[in-house]
This record gives sequence, structure tokens and C-alpha cells, in this order.
Amino acid sequence: MKVIDIKRFRILLLITFVSLISFSPRVYAAGGHGEEGFNAGEMIISHIVDAYEWHILSIGHTHVSIPLPVILYDEGQWHVFSSSKFHHGTESYKGYELATEGALKGKIVRKAADGSYIRPYDFSITKNVLGLFIASALVIFIFLYIARMYRVTRRHAPRGFQAIMEPLIIFIRDEVIKASIGEKYYERFAPYLLTLFFFIFFNNLMGLIPIFPFGANLTGNLAVTGILALFTFLTIVIRANKNYWAHIFNTPGVPWWLKFPLPLMPIIELVGMFIKPFVLMVRLFANITAGHIIILGFISLIFVFGQSNVFAGFGISILSVVLAIFMNFVELLVAFIQAFVFTLLSAMYIGSAVEEHHHEDHAHAAEHH
Amino acid sequence: MELVNPGIGLVFWMLLAFGVVLFVLRKFAWPAIMQALKEREQHIEEALHAADIAREEMKKLKLDNEELLRQAKEERDQMMADAKKVRDKLLDEARQRGTEEADRIVASARERMENERMAAITEMKNQIAEMSIEVAERILREKIQTPKDHESFIEKVLREKQHLS
Repeated sequence: MKVIDIKRFRILLLITFVSLISFSPRVYAAGGHGEEGFNAGEMIISHIVDAYEWHILSIGHTHVSIPLPVILYDEGQWHVFSSSKFHHGTESYKGYELATEGALKGKIVRKAADGSYIRPYDFSITKNVLGLFIASALVIFIFLYIARMYRVTRRHAPRGFQAIMEPLIIFIRDEVIKASIGEKYYERFAPYLLTLFFFIFFNNLMGLIPIFPFGANLTGNLAVTGILALFTFLTIVIRANKNYWAHIFNTPGVPWWLKFPLPLMPIIELVGMFIKPFVLMVRLFANITAGHIIILGFISLIFVFGQSNVFAGFGISILSVVLAIFMNFVELLVAFIQAFVFTLLSAMYIGSAVEEHHHEDHAHAAEHH
Repeated sequence: MELVNPGIGLVFWMLLAFGVVLFVLRKFAWPAIMQALKEREQHIEEALHAADIAREEMKKLKLDNEELLRQAKEERDQMMADAKKVRDKLLDEARQRGTEEADRIVASARERMENERMAAITEMKNQIAEMSIEVAERILREKIQTPKDHESFIEKVLREKQHLS
């Protein structure tokens, strides 16, 4: 008991310390380059978008950050160099620089002759990309480890980390995949959907940890959620049976004049096919981003108040930190719920794509009576 | 605004990274995990089923045992009752036979006694007869001394005999 208490105390201490060093100076540094004042909006956006270096903390004007490799493809040529060459955006290198204003602000651009920005194909290992690699490696490592544990324990009770993950795996398998796709086909899609769930879930959680090597806002990025939605979309398109296509192009139970001469229903169904993954993409992105913005907003309050009066800043910090901690707990819940919802909806879409014919007939008969 | 305008780089790397994760897990992790889970669930199901059967069998066995015990008791009682009956019968028989034997002995003794009495009586009768004949002889010898007497006597006897017949 005593040992656990001490351990808990240490963890608490660590959390307190880490939150001290990771919140306060960093926020100032990120938001208030120079002494022109604190801009909460800018600070928040800079925390949820991508970057060419992994900023860890700043003390005064000393920035501690990890420079990341820049990979560009421009005018038929590959350019690979370190992002430290930009000196935090203050210098240009090989004619490339970080845009300081406009729609491309913060991105690597090349200035054209007329002064406009030209964006090269940018395959840089950015903060998000590195975070993605770390998250992917972690997910692969964890599940290969668990798979090995399963080979060892076989019919016996799960142990250690395996026992933590097992209820989740079984929950997703039984309540999401089996329930949505059905006993007959669920095994075919289980690997994809389980991977999807845990990938999103781990990335959501890692996005909440504010220190390196975590804290990349991946599931709050449209590229990431878009690719995930694309995988679901492709799975549906590739695996859909002929009933699904018939349902789209010749919807049963609908009056003929809705299909001919103006194919109203097919158009609606076809658009719906694309809207489904699009909504998946936006929902995850919006939820995670909103959560991050709220937490960062609460923290910003400290500095907004602190600008007018240092003591007001300290005073509001109590409320802000309490609210931010509360939001963090809510975000833990959201991390699970959004991973769950994404997986559940993917499973339901896939389920409807591989459904046997007679179910559809029944559904439509019920709908149109 | 960058927030809603993702760069091609992240799209590319995401496609690659998630593709790799999906491929590796699909190939090396999920089959093993799903298989093990399924196997364990089946195993537990079977074990529970077997336990149910065993319990049922135990119950039956217990019932059987009780039945057996009851039968044994019954049989024992039956045997005891039988034994008692046999004993009683034997005793009865023995008693009866004893009585019979005693009766028989008494009877034979009585018979022998009767026989001996009869023998004695017969003996007595014979002796009396002999003595009578001897007495008669002597008397006759005294009376009949001449041949003439002899003849007349024979004649007289014969006549009496003829008369009788």
C-alpha cells in the first residue's frame, strides 16, 4: 500500500511539474513572439496545426525544439535538408522560406518573380508526420506484443497489458463489428475495424499528452481523418455486393418517376455514398480540434488576464487550470467516444454494403408504408 | 487557412503509415488475437458444458447410490426375514421331529412291552396246556389199565366225535 502511495505521489508530482514547464513558458513563447502582446487565437492555432520543427519549450528567447527533415519536390528536383536551416522561420534557404502571411502562413514556399508565393510539393517529415510515425510504431508494437501474449496464454486468462486491452478488443468485436455486420461476414472486416479503432483511440489519447514525443494533433487533422475515411470508403466500394449497388442505382420501393427520366434517387444515393465518409472525416476532426481549442482557450485566459495585471493572471489561473483539467477528462471520454463512433459508423456502412438481399426489402417495405 | 487545408505531405505519409499499420496488424496481430479469443471462448463454453454434464452425472450417481443403498437395505431386511423364517421353520421342524421321535420311541416301547406280555402269556398258556395234558395223561393212565377199557374209551371218544361232526 505504502509503495503504491509513494508511486502515486511521484506521478502526481511529475504531472504537476510537467504541466508547469509545458504550459506556462511554452504558451508565452508560442503566442507572443517578441513583446507585441499575447494573441490567444494565434497561439491556439499554432498548437493545433502542423510545424516543421518539434517545439519542446522556450525559456526567454531560447527555443528548445527538435529540427525535422524537410523533403521538397519542386520543378523536377528533390530537396532534402534540415528545418533548422530556417532558424525558426527567420531565414531562407536555397530560395525556400517559411511564409509569414496569407493563406500559406507557416508553410515552406518559394517566392516567384512577381512576389507571390509558390508552394512546392512538400513531403517533409513535419511534427505531425513524426508523431504519426511514433503513433504507428507504438500501435504496431503494442498489438504485436499482445498477439505474442495471446500465443503464450492461449486458453488461460490474459495477463498484464493484454488484460487491459482485451475488454476493448472484445467490446469492439462483439458490440460494434458483430452487431453491425452480422455473424456471417464480421470476421472478414474485423482486422480493419479493430485497427481503425485502436489507431484513432491511441492517436486521440496521445494528442492529449502535451509533451514530446506525444502531443501531435493528428486526429484533429483533416489529412489523417480523411485517409481513415478513405480506407472505409474503399472497403465499402470494393467489398459491396450487388444488392448494395442495386440499392444505389435502382432503389427498390421508390416510384419509377423518381428514377426516370430524371435519375433523382440514384443521384441522391450516389452523393450519399460520398457524404458518409466525408462526414466521418469531418466529425472526428471537428471533435478533436474543438476539444484542443477549448483546453488551450482556458489556458490562454491566464495570459490574457496576466497581460493587464499579473495578479489577475495568477488569480484566473486557478479557475483556468481547474477547467482545463476538467476538459482534459472530458477529452479522455471524447477520445474513446470518437474512436468508437468512427468505428461503429464504418462498421454500419460496411454492414449495409454486404447485407443480404431480404433485409433490405424488409427495411424498405417498412419505410414506405 | 491551414486547419481545413491539409498538405499533400501528411496525406502521403498518413496513407503510407496507416497502410503499414493495417498491413502488419492484419497479417501478424489480429489473426492470432482473434483466434486465441475464439479458442478461449470455445474452451470456456465447453468447460462449462462439461461441468454441467458432470454435475448432472453426479446427481444421477448420487441417486443411483441412494437407490443401491436402499436396495441393499431392503435385500438385507429381506434376507434377515428369510433367515428368521428358515430358523423358525427349522426349529419347528426339529421340535416336531423330536416330538415325533419321542412318540415313536414311546410307541415302540409300548409295543415291545405288549409283545413281551403276549409272549409271556403265550408261554404261560403253553405251560398250562402242557401241564393240563400231563395231568390228563396221568388221570387217563390211572383209569385205563386194561385193553378192554382202552377200547371202550376209544369207542366212546369216536362216538362223541361223530356226534360232534
